[in-house]
Amino acid sequence: MPVFDLSVTPLREFNQALHDIKDGANDTAFEVVNPRGHHSVAVGIDAPVSVEVKGSVGYYCAGMNDGGTVTVHGSAGPGVAENMMSGTVVIEGDASQYAGATGRGGLLVIKGNAASRCGISMKGIDIVVHGSIGHMSAFMAQSGNLVVLGDAGDALGDSLYEARLFVRGSVKSLGADCIEKEMRPEHIEALGALLEKAGVSDAKPEDFKRYGSARTLYTFNIDNADAY
Amino acid sequence: MCGIVGLFLKDKALEPQLGALLSDMLITMTDRGPDSAGIAIYGGAANGDAKITVQSANPEQDFAGLQDKIEDASGGTAKVEIKSTHAVITLATDKLDAVRAALSTIAPTLRVMGAGESVEIYKEVGLPKDVVNRFGVRAMGGTHGIGHTRMATESAVTTLGAHPFSTGADQCLVHNGSLSNHNNLRRELKKRGLRFETENDSEVAAAYLTAEMDTGKDLGQALEGALDDLDGFFTFVVGTKSGFGVVRDPIACKPAVMAETDQYVAFGSEYRALVNLPGIETARVWEPEPATVYFWDHEKAAA
Repeated sequence: MPVFDLSVTPLREFNQALHDIKDGANDTAFEVVNPRGHHSVAVGIDAPVSVEVKGSVGYYCAGMNDGGTVTVHGSAGPGVAENMMSGTVVIEGDASQYAGATGRGGLLVIKGNAASRCGISMKGIDIVVHGSIGHMSAFMAQSGNLVVLGDAGDALGDSLYEARLFVRGSVKSLGADCIEKEMRPEHIEALGALLEKAGVSDAKPEDFKRYGSARTLYTFNIDNADAY
Repeated sequence: MCGIVGLFLKDKALEPQLGALLSDMLITMTDRGPDSAGIAIYGGAANGDAKITVQSANPEQDFAGLQDKIEDASGGTAKVEIKSTHAVITLATDKLDAVRAALSTIAPTLRVMGAGESVEIYKEVGLPKDVVNRFGVRAMGGTHGIGHTRMATESAVTTLGAHPFSTGADQCLVHNGSLSNHNNLRRELKKRGLRFETENDSEVAAAYLTAEMDTGKDLGQALEGALDDLDGFFTFVVGTKSGFGVVRDPIACKPAVMAETDQYVAFGSEYRALVNLPGIETARVWEPEPATVYFWDHEKAAA
Protein backbone atom coordinates (compact mmCIF):
# COMPACT_ATOMS: atom_id res chain seq x y z
CA MET A 1 0.00 0.00 0.00
CA PRO A 2 1.47 3.41 -0.96
CA VAL A 3 2.20 5.54 2.09
CA PHE A 4 2.42 9.31 1.73
CA ASP A 5 4.25 11.19 4.48
CA LEU A 6 2.96 14.76 4.24
CA SER A 7 5.82 16.06 6.40
CA VAL A 8 8.13 15.39 3.42
CA THR A 9 5.87 14.85 0.37
CA PRO A 10 3.92 17.77 -1.12
CA LEU A 11 0.16 17.38 -0.75
CA ARG A 12 -0.21 17.96 -4.50
CA GLU A 13 1.63 14.68 -5.20
CA PHE A 14 -0.71 12.70 -2.99
CA ASN A 15 -3.91 14.20 -4.39
CA GLN A 16 -2.56 13.73 -7.94
CA ALA A 17 -1.89 10.04 -7.22
CA LEU A 18 -5.54 9.65 -6.27
CA HIS A 19 -6.60 11.24 -9.54
CA ASP A 20 -4.19 9.16 -11.64
CA ILE A 21 -5.91 5.85 -10.83
CA LYS A 22 -7.05 4.12 -14.00
CA ASP A 23 -10.42 2.41 -14.34
CA GLY A 24 -10.20 -1.18 -13.14
CA ALA A 25 -6.99 -0.68 -11.18
CA ASN A 26 -6.93 -2.79 -8.05
CA ASP A 27 -4.11 -1.09 -6.11
CA THR A 28 -6.44 1.44 -4.57
CA ALA A 29 -5.51 1.57 -0.88
CA PHE A 30 -3.52 4.57 0.38
CA GLU A 31 -2.18 5.67 3.71
CA VAL A 32 -1.34 9.23 4.75
CA VAL A 33 0.91 9.89 7.73
CA ASN A 34 1.84 13.21 9.39
CA PRO A 35 -1.08 15.20 7.95
CA ARG A 36 -0.36 17.87 10.63
CA GLY A 37 -3.53 19.81 9.99
CA HIS A 38 -2.92 20.14 6.22
CA HIS A 39 -5.75 21.60 4.16
CA SER A 40 -7.46 19.76 1.29
CA VAL A 41 -6.20 16.23 2.06
CA ALA A 42 -7.76 13.68 -0.33
CA VAL A 43 -9.89 16.24 -2.13
CA GLY A 44 -11.61 15.42 -5.40
CA ILE A 45 -11.52 11.61 -5.25
CA ASP A 46 -13.42 10.22 -8.23
CA ALA A 47 -12.65 6.48 -7.95
CA PRO A 48 -13.44 3.78 -5.37
CA VAL A 49 -10.16 4.19 -3.47
CA SER A 50 -9.64 3.85 0.25
CA VAL A 51 -7.54 6.34 2.20
CA GLU A 52 -6.45 5.98 5.82
CA VAL A 53 -5.27 9.29 7.28
CA LYS A 54 -3.21 8.81 10.44
CA GLY A 55 -3.63 12.11 12.26
CA SER A 56 -5.65 15.35 12.22
CA VAL A 57 -6.44 17.34 9.09
CA GLY A 58 -7.30 21.00 8.37
CA TYR A 59 -9.87 22.53 6.04
CA TYR A 60 -11.85 20.65 3.37
CA CYS A 61 -10.59 17.08 3.84
CA ALA A 62 -12.23 14.64 1.40
CA GLY A 63 -14.12 17.47 -0.28
CA MET A 64 -16.18 16.51 -3.35
CA ASN A 65 -15.52 12.82 -2.65
CA ASP A 66 -17.14 10.68 -5.34
CA GLY A 67 -16.92 7.01 -4.47
CA GLY A 68 -13.90 6.86 -2.18
CA THR A 69 -13.67 5.68 1.42
CA VAL A 70 -11.69 8.09 3.60
CA THR A 71 -11.01 7.46 7.28
CA VAL A 72 -9.37 10.16 9.40
CA HIS A 73 -7.76 8.76 12.55
CA GLY A 74 -7.86 12.14 14.23
CA SER A 75 -9.98 15.28 13.99
CA ALA A 76 -10.98 17.30 10.95
CA GLY A 77 -11.03 21.06 10.37
CA PRO A 78 -13.79 23.10 8.73
CA GLY A 79 -15.67 21.76 5.70
CA VAL A 80 -14.86 18.06 5.91
CA ALA A 81 -16.51 16.08 3.08
CA GLU A 82 -17.92 19.30 1.68
CA ASN A 83 -20.09 18.61 -1.36
CA MET A 84 -19.55 14.83 -1.18
CA MET A 85 -21.19 13.06 -4.15
CA SER A 86 -20.88 9.41 -3.05
CA GLY A 87 -18.67 7.14 -0.95
CA THR A 88 -17.92 7.14 2.78
CA VAL A 89 -15.96 9.49 5.04
CA VAL A 90 -15.32 8.53 8.67
CA ILE A 91 -13.83 10.95 11.22
CA GLU A 92 -12.65 9.10 14.33
CA GLY A 93 -12.31 12.36 16.31
CA ASP A 94 -14.22 15.65 16.16
CA ALA A 95 -15.16 17.75 13.14
CA SER A 96 -15.12 21.54 12.91
CA GLN A 97 -17.64 23.83 11.25
CA TYR A 98 -19.86 22.95 8.29
CA ALA A 99 -19.07 19.24 8.10
CA GLY A 100 -20.76 17.67 5.10
CA ALA A 101 -21.92 21.05 3.77
CA THR A 102 -23.88 20.90 0.50
CA GLY A 103 -23.25 17.13 0.27
CA ARG A 104 -25.21 15.42 -2.48
CA GLY A 105 -24.68 11.78 -1.54
CA GLY A 106 -22.59 9.27 0.35
CA LEU A 107 -22.20 8.77 4.08
CA LEU A 108 -20.28 10.96 6.55
CA VAL A 109 -19.72 9.45 10.00
CA ILE A 110 -18.28 11.63 12.79
CA LYS A 111 -17.42 9.59 15.87
CA GLY A 112 -16.80 12.62 18.09
CA ASN A 113 -18.65 15.94 18.06
CA ALA A 114 -19.32 18.26 15.14
CA ALA A 115 -19.21 22.05 15.53
CA SER A 116 -21.63 24.59 14.12
CA ARG A 117 -23.42 24.40 10.75
CA CYS A 118 -23.10 20.63 10.38
CA GLY A 119 -24.92 19.57 7.21
CA ILE A 120 -25.62 23.13 6.10
CA SER A 121 -27.45 23.09 2.75
CA MET A 122 -27.13 19.29 2.51
CA LYS A 123 -28.63 17.91 -0.66
CA GLY A 124 -28.82 14.14 -0.27
CA ILE A 125 -25.85 13.18 1.93
CA ASP A 126 -26.38 11.07 5.05
CA ILE A 127 -24.52 12.35 8.13
CA VAL A 128 -24.26 10.34 11.36
CA VAL A 129 -22.69 12.09 14.37
CA HIS A 130 -21.97 9.95 17.43
CA GLY A 131 -21.55 12.99 19.66
CA SER A 132 -23.27 16.38 19.58
CA ILE A 133 -23.57 19.10 16.95
CA GLY A 134 -23.30 22.90 17.20
CA HIS A 135 -25.65 25.73 16.32
CA MET A 136 -27.28 26.37 12.92
CA SER A 137 -26.87 22.77 11.84
CA ALA A 138 -28.84 21.63 8.78
CA PHE A 139 -29.51 25.27 7.85
CA MET A 140 -31.46 25.25 4.56
CA ALA A 141 -30.92 21.49 4.30
CA GLN A 142 -32.69 20.19 1.23
CA SER A 143 -32.56 16.39 1.36
CA GLY A 144 -30.73 13.51 2.98
CA ASN A 145 -30.57 12.48 6.64
CA LEU A 146 -28.76 14.05 9.61
CA VAL A 147 -28.56 11.68 12.58
CA VAL A 148 -27.24 12.90 15.94
CA LEU A 149 -26.75 10.51 18.86
CA GLY A 150 -25.98 13.37 21.25
CA ASP A 151 -27.49 16.87 21.46
CA ALA A 152 -28.08 19.62 18.91
CA GLY A 153 -27.25 23.31 19.45
CA ASP A 154 -29.33 26.41 18.75
CA ALA A 155 -31.47 26.91 15.64
CA LEU A 156 -31.48 23.34 14.36
CA GLY A 157 -32.86 23.05 10.84
CA ASP A 158 -33.45 26.76 10.26
CA SER A 159 -35.21 27.41 6.91
CA LEU A 160 -35.27 23.67 6.31
CA TYR A 161 -36.46 22.09 3.08
CA GLU A 162 -36.97 18.33 2.97
CA ALA A 163 -33.94 16.87 4.79
CA ARG A 164 -34.82 14.57 7.71
CA LEU A 165 -33.19 15.28 11.07
CA PHE A 166 -33.01 12.64 13.83
CA VAL A 167 -31.72 13.63 17.27
CA ARG A 168 -31.47 11.26 20.23
CA GLY A 169 -30.53 13.89 22.85
CA SER A 170 -31.81 17.38 23.49
CA VAL A 171 -32.24 20.16 20.97
CA LYS A 172 -31.31 23.56 22.38
CA SER A 173 -33.69 25.34 20.01
CA LEU A 174 -35.31 24.78 16.64
CA GLY A 175 -34.71 27.20 13.79
CA ALA A 176 -37.40 28.98 11.78
CA ASP A 177 -39.87 26.58 10.13
CA CYS A 178 -38.35 23.46 11.75
CA ILE A 179 -40.71 21.32 13.84
CA GLU A 180 -40.74 17.99 15.60
CA LYS A 181 -42.54 15.36 13.57
CA GLU A 182 -43.98 11.95 14.28
CA MET A 183 -41.64 8.93 14.03
CA ARG A 184 -43.67 6.67 11.77
CA PRO A 185 -42.71 3.04 11.04
CA GLU A 186 -41.00 3.98 7.78
CA HIS A 187 -38.76 6.45 9.66
CA ILE A 188 -37.86 3.84 12.29
CA GLU A 189 -36.98 1.46 9.49
CA ALA A 190 -34.93 3.96 7.47
CA LEU A 191 -33.10 5.22 10.57
CA GLY A 192 -32.36 1.65 11.69
CA ALA A 193 -30.83 0.87 8.32
CA LEU A 194 -28.74 4.04 8.38
CA LEU A 195 -27.47 3.38 11.92
CA GLU A 196 -26.45 -0.10 10.87
CA LYS A 197 -24.68 1.23 7.77
CA ALA A 198 -22.80 3.71 9.97
CA GLY A 199 -21.74 0.96 12.36
CA VAL A 200 -23.75 2.28 15.31
CA SER A 201 -24.68 -0.59 17.60
CA ASP A 202 -25.53 1.21 20.83
CA ALA A 203 -28.53 3.27 19.70
CA LYS A 204 -32.09 2.19 18.92
CA PRO A 205 -34.05 4.10 16.28
CA GLU A 206 -36.98 4.30 18.71
CA ASP A 207 -34.87 6.54 20.99
CA PHE A 208 -34.68 9.35 18.42
CA LYS A 209 -37.00 12.23 17.68
CA ARG A 210 -37.56 13.35 14.12
CA TYR A 211 -37.48 16.99 13.00
CA GLY A 212 -38.47 18.33 9.63
CA SER A 213 -39.79 21.32 7.76
CA ALA A 214 -43.16 22.84 8.64
CA ARG A 215 -43.22 23.86 4.96
CA THR A 216 -44.50 27.35 5.65
CA LEU A 217 -41.32 29.19 4.66
CA TYR A 218 -40.66 27.80 1.22
CA THR A 219 -43.16 27.09 -1.53
CA PHE A 220 -43.84 23.43 -1.13
CA ASN A 221 -45.96 21.80 -3.80
CA ILE A 222 -47.09 18.24 -3.09
CA ASP A 223 -46.75 17.41 -6.78
CA ASN A 224 -42.98 17.86 -6.44
CA ALA A 225 -42.60 15.59 -3.40
CA ASP A 226 -40.87 12.89 -5.44
CA ALA A 227 -38.07 15.29 -6.31
CA TYR A 228 -36.67 15.19 -2.76
CA MET B 1 -9.05 36.07 7.48
CA CYS B 2 -6.17 36.83 9.91
CA GLY B 3 -4.33 34.22 11.94
CA ILE B 4 -4.02 34.38 15.70
CA VAL B 5 -2.05 32.33 18.19
CA GLY B 6 -1.55 32.30 21.93
CA LEU B 7 0.46 30.30 24.43
CA PHE B 8 0.06 30.34 28.20
CA LEU B 9 2.70 28.30 29.98
CA LYS B 10 1.98 26.39 33.16
CA ASP B 11 5.36 24.62 33.28
CA LYS B 12 8.22 27.00 34.16
CA ALA B 13 10.66 24.69 32.36
CA LEU B 14 9.14 25.82 29.04
CA GLU B 15 9.48 29.54 29.77
CA PRO B 16 12.86 29.99 28.01
CA GLN B 17 11.26 28.56 24.85
CA LEU B 18 8.18 30.84 24.80
CA GLY B 19 9.46 33.11 22.02
CA ALA B 20 10.59 30.22 19.83
CA LEU B 21 7.35 28.24 20.27
CA LEU B 22 5.14 31.27 19.64
CA SER B 23 7.22 32.33 16.60
CA ASP B 24 6.75 28.91 14.96
CA MET B 25 3.02 28.98 15.68
CA LEU B 26 2.65 32.42 14.10
CA ILE B 27 4.78 31.65 11.05
CA THR B 28 2.59 28.60 10.36
CA MET B 29 -0.39 30.97 10.16
CA THR B 30 1.29 33.27 7.59
CA ASP B 31 -1.06 32.34 4.74
CA ARG B 32 -4.05 33.54 6.78
CA GLY B 33 -2.79 37.13 6.45
CA PRO B 34 0.32 38.67 4.90
CA ASP B 35 -0.18 42.39 5.70
CA SER B 36 1.40 42.84 9.10
CA ALA B 37 2.37 40.77 12.11
CA GLY B 38 2.88 41.28 15.80
CA ILE B 39 3.73 39.47 18.99
CA ALA B 40 3.27 40.34 22.66
CA ILE B 41 5.57 38.57 25.09
CA TYR B 42 4.95 38.60 28.82
CA GLY B 43 8.49 38.32 30.07
CA GLY B 44 8.00 38.41 33.78
CA ALA B 45 8.91 41.56 35.67
CA ALA B 46 12.56 41.68 36.71
CA ASN B 47 13.39 43.42 40.02
CA GLY B 48 9.99 45.08 40.01
CA ASP B 49 10.95 47.18 36.99
CA ALA B 50 8.51 48.32 34.33
CA LYS B 51 8.87 48.42 30.54
CA ILE B 52 7.68 50.66 27.76
CA THR B 53 7.92 49.39 24.17
CA VAL B 54 8.14 52.26 21.67
CA GLN B 55 8.29 52.24 17.89
CA SER B 56 9.63 54.76 15.42
CA ALA B 57 9.42 55.29 11.67
CA ASN B 58 12.93 56.88 11.90
CA PRO B 59 14.63 54.78 14.57
CA GLU B 60 18.17 56.11 14.00
CA GLN B 61 17.06 59.66 14.57
CA ASP B 62 14.46 59.05 17.27
CA PHE B 63 16.39 56.55 19.39
CA ALA B 64 19.67 58.53 19.37
CA GLY B 65 20.21 59.90 22.83
CA LEU B 66 16.79 58.73 24.01
CA GLN B 67 18.18 57.38 27.27
CA ASP B 68 19.70 60.77 28.11
CA LYS B 69 16.53 62.60 27.16
CA ILE B 70 14.44 60.64 29.65
CA GLU B 71 17.16 60.68 32.35
CA ASP B 72 15.36 63.26 34.45
CA ALA B 73 11.85 61.90 34.10
CA SER B 74 13.01 58.40 35.01
CA GLY B 75 15.13 59.54 37.94
CA GLY B 76 18.11 57.98 36.23
CA THR B 77 16.54 54.51 36.23
CA ALA B 78 15.82 54.17 32.48
CA LYS B 79 17.76 51.84 30.19
CA VAL B 80 16.99 51.78 26.47
CA GLU B 81 17.46 48.64 24.41
CA ILE B 82 17.07 49.18 20.67
CA LYS B 83 15.64 46.39 18.54
CA SER B 84 15.30 47.49 14.92
CA THR B 85 12.31 49.88 14.72
CA HIS B 86 11.39 49.24 18.36
CA ALA B 87 13.06 50.13 21.62
CA VAL B 88 12.30 48.74 25.05
CA ILE B 89 12.71 51.23 27.88
CA THR B 90 13.23 49.49 31.24
CA LEU B 91 12.69 51.73 34.24
CA ALA B 92 11.53 51.89 37.85
CA THR B 93 7.81 51.13 38.02
CA ASP B 94 7.02 54.33 39.94
CA LYS B 95 8.50 56.38 37.08
CA LEU B 96 6.36 54.76 34.37
CA ASP B 97 3.68 57.46 34.18
CA ALA B 98 6.21 60.31 34.36
CA VAL B 99 8.28 58.89 31.50
CA ARG B 100 5.21 58.20 29.34
CA ALA B 101 4.12 61.79 29.86
CA ALA B 102 7.63 63.08 29.12
CA LEU B 103 7.91 61.00 25.91
CA SER B 104 4.98 62.81 24.37
CA THR B 105 6.90 66.10 24.49
CA ILE B 106 10.54 64.91 24.27
CA ALA B 107 9.95 62.45 21.43
CA PRO B 108 6.49 63.12 19.97
CA THR B 109 7.15 60.98 16.89
CA LEU B 110 7.58 57.82 18.97
CA ARG B 111 4.60 55.51 19.19
CA VAL B 112 4.00 53.60 22.38
CA MET B 113 3.25 49.95 21.50
CA GLY B 114 2.63 48.88 25.06
CA ALA B 115 3.71 49.42 28.63
CA GLY B 116 3.55 47.69 31.96
CA GLU B 117 5.50 45.52 34.36
CA SER B 118 5.75 42.55 32.06
CA VAL B 119 4.67 43.03 28.45
CA GLU B 120 6.82 43.76 25.41
CA ILE B 121 5.01 44.28 22.09
CA TYR B 122 6.61 44.08 18.66
CA LYS B 123 4.64 44.67 15.47
CA GLU B 124 5.37 45.78 11.95
CA VAL B 125 4.09 45.63 8.41
CA GLY B 126 5.32 42.45 6.72
CA LEU B 127 5.32 38.69 7.11
CA PRO B 128 5.54 36.91 10.48
CA LYS B 129 8.95 35.38 9.68
CA ASP B 130 10.41 38.81 8.95
CA VAL B 131 8.85 40.44 12.00
CA VAL B 132 10.00 37.60 14.26
CA ASN B 133 13.56 37.77 12.91
CA ARG B 134 13.77 41.54 12.99
CA PHE B 135 13.05 41.67 16.71
CA GLY B 136 14.76 38.46 17.77
CA VAL B 137 11.52 37.08 19.21
CA ARG B 138 12.79 33.49 19.18
CA ALA B 139 15.33 34.25 21.89
CA MET B 140 12.74 35.74 24.25
CA GLY B 141 11.52 33.83 27.27
CA GLY B 142 8.35 34.48 29.19
CA THR B 143 5.23 33.20 30.89
CA HIS B 144 2.69 33.77 28.12
CA GLY B 145 2.32 35.50 24.80
CA ILE B 146 -0.01 36.17 21.87
CA GLY B 147 0.56 36.77 18.19
CA HIS B 148 -1.32 37.91 15.10
CA THR B 149 -0.84 37.96 11.35
CA ARG B 150 -3.20 40.32 9.61
CA MET B 151 -5.35 40.39 6.50
CA ALA B 152 -6.62 43.94 6.76
CA THR B 153 -10.32 44.69 6.33
CA GLU B 154 -11.36 47.59 8.56
CA SER B 155 -8.43 50.02 8.48
CA ALA B 156 -5.09 50.80 6.86
CA VAL B 157 -2.09 48.49 6.65
CA THR B 158 0.27 50.36 8.97
CA THR B 159 2.39 49.56 12.00
CA LEU B 160 -0.23 51.11 14.27
CA GLY B 161 -2.95 49.10 12.55
CA ALA B 162 -1.09 45.86 13.29
CA HIS B 163 -2.07 43.70 16.24
CA PRO B 164 -1.67 43.19 19.19
CA PHE B 165 -3.43 46.31 20.44
CA SER B 166 -2.53 47.52 23.88
CA THR B 167 -4.75 50.09 25.58
CA GLY B 168 -3.85 49.53 29.22
CA ALA B 169 -0.89 48.52 31.33
CA ASP B 170 0.17 44.96 30.55
CA GLN B 171 -2.99 44.41 28.50
CA CYS B 172 -3.17 43.41 24.88
CA LEU B 173 -5.60 41.89 22.42
CA VAL B 174 -5.54 40.18 19.04
CA HIS B 175 -8.66 39.84 16.93
CA ASN B 176 -9.83 37.78 13.99
CA GLY B 177 -13.04 39.21 12.62
CA SER B 178 -14.68 42.58 12.19
CA LEU B 179 -16.79 44.69 14.53
CA SER B 180 -19.82 46.61 13.30
CA ASN B 181 -20.47 48.92 16.27
CA HIS B 182 -16.92 50.13 16.80
CA ASN B 183 -17.53 53.77 15.84
CA ASN B 184 -20.28 54.23 18.37
CA LEU B 185 -18.40 52.36 21.06
CA ARG B 186 -15.27 54.41 20.40
CA ARG B 187 -17.26 57.61 21.01
CA GLU B 188 -18.58 56.23 24.29
CA LEU B 189 -15.15 55.06 25.40
CA LYS B 190 -13.63 58.46 24.57
CA LYS B 191 -16.18 60.00 26.94
CA ARG B 192 -14.94 57.57 29.59
CA GLY B 193 -11.43 58.96 29.07
CA LEU B 194 -9.85 56.36 26.78
CA ARG B 195 -7.46 57.46 24.05
CA PHE B 196 -7.24 55.95 20.59
CA GLU B 197 -4.32 55.82 18.16
CA THR B 198 -6.18 54.48 15.10
CA GLU B 199 -9.56 54.08 13.39
CA ASN B 200 -9.21 50.32 13.81
CA ASP B 201 -12.14 48.24 15.12
CA SER B 202 -9.91 45.89 17.10
CA GLU B 203 -8.40 48.76 19.08
CA VAL B 204 -11.93 49.56 20.26
CA ALA B 205 -12.30 46.01 21.56
CA ALA B 206 -9.02 46.33 23.44
CA ALA B 207 -10.04 49.70 24.89
CA TYR B 208 -13.44 48.30 25.88
CA LEU B 209 -11.77 45.57 27.93
CA THR B 210 -9.38 48.10 29.49
CA ALA B 211 -12.30 50.33 30.50
CA GLU B 212 -14.21 47.39 31.96
CA MET B 213 -11.20 46.12 33.91
CA ASP B 214 -10.66 49.66 35.24
CA THR B 215 -14.03 49.31 36.98
CA GLY B 216 -12.62 46.40 38.98
CA LYS B 217 -13.64 43.48 36.78
CA ASP B 218 -11.19 40.69 36.08
CA LEU B 219 -10.41 39.68 32.50
CA GLY B 220 -13.01 36.91 32.52
CA GLN B 221 -15.77 39.30 33.63
CA ALA B 222 -14.70 41.90 31.07
CA LEU B 223 -14.88 39.28 28.30
CA GLU B 224 -18.40 38.33 29.44
CA GLY B 225 -19.34 41.98 28.99
CA ALA B 226 -17.84 42.02 25.51
CA LEU B 227 -20.34 39.37 24.44
CA ASP B 228 -23.17 41.81 25.27
CA ASP B 229 -21.61 45.06 24.12
CA LEU B 230 -19.60 44.21 20.98
CA ASP B 231 -21.46 43.57 17.74
CA GLY B 232 -19.82 41.72 14.88
CA PHE B 233 -17.56 38.79 14.26
CA PHE B 234 -14.75 38.06 16.63
CA THR B 235 -12.40 35.55 18.02
CA PHE B 236 -10.31 37.38 20.63
CA VAL B 237 -7.19 36.23 22.42
CA VAL B 238 -6.31 38.57 25.25
CA GLY B 239 -3.35 38.86 27.62
CA THR B 240 -3.00 40.59 30.96
CA LYS B 241 0.00 40.64 33.30
CA SER B 242 -0.85 37.19 34.64
CA GLY B 243 -3.94 36.19 32.65
CA PHE B 244 -4.87 34.74 29.27
CA GLY B 245 -8.39 34.77 27.84
CA VAL B 246 -10.25 33.60 24.74
CA VAL B 247 -13.76 34.41 23.57
CA ARG B 248 -15.70 33.92 20.32
CA ASP B 249 -18.88 35.70 19.25
CA PRO B 250 -22.16 33.72 19.26
CA ILE B 251 -22.02 33.04 15.50
CA ALA B 252 -18.45 31.73 15.81
CA CYS B 253 -17.58 31.68 12.13
CA LYS B 254 -13.98 32.73 12.83
CA PRO B 255 -11.98 29.57 13.44
CA ALA B 256 -10.39 28.62 16.75
CA VAL B 257 -8.68 25.54 18.15
CA MET B 258 -7.32 25.10 21.66
CA ALA B 259 -5.03 22.55 23.27
CA GLU B 260 -4.25 21.99 26.92
CA THR B 261 -1.69 19.80 28.67
CA ASP B 262 -0.10 19.91 32.13
CA GLN B 263 2.52 22.20 30.57
CA TYR B 264 0.49 24.81 28.67
CA VAL B 265 -2.72 26.17 27.22
CA ALA B 266 -2.40 26.95 23.52
CA PHE B 267 -4.62 28.72 21.00
CA GLY B 268 -4.45 28.68 17.19
CA SER B 269 -6.72 29.80 14.37
CA GLU B 270 -6.05 26.34 13.01
CA TYR B 271 -4.74 23.05 14.35
CA ARG B 272 -1.73 23.45 12.04
CA ALA B 273 -0.41 26.16 14.37
CA LEU B 274 -0.27 23.72 17.28
CA VAL B 275 1.38 20.66 15.72
CA ASN B 276 4.94 21.44 16.86
CA LEU B 277 4.06 21.97 20.52
CA PRO B 278 5.53 19.40 22.92
CA GLY B 279 3.07 16.64 23.80
CA ILE B 280 0.42 17.81 21.31
CA GLU B 281 -0.28 14.17 20.40
CA THR B 282 -1.75 13.55 23.84
CA ALA B 283 -3.09 17.07 24.55
CA ARG B 284 -6.77 17.74 25.06
CA VAL B 285 -7.67 19.48 21.79
CA TRP B 286 -11.01 21.22 21.39
CA GLU B 287 -12.81 24.00 19.61
CA PRO B 288 -13.87 26.80 21.97
CA GLU B 289 -17.66 27.08 22.19
CA PRO B 290 -19.44 30.15 20.80
CA ALA B 291 -20.19 32.95 23.31
CA THR B 292 -18.18 31.20 26.00
CA VAL B 293 -15.36 32.84 27.96
CA TYR B 294 -12.17 30.86 28.55
CA PHE B 295 -9.80 32.38 31.05
CA TRP B 296 -6.58 31.31 32.80
CA ASP B 297 -4.58 33.27 35.37
CA HIS B 298 -1.14 32.54 36.82
CA GLU B 299 -1.88 34.44 40.01
CA LYS B 300 -5.23 32.77 40.56
CA ALA B 301 -3.74 29.37 39.84
CA ALA B 302 -1.05 30.02 42.45
CA ALA B 303 -3.55 31.24 45.05
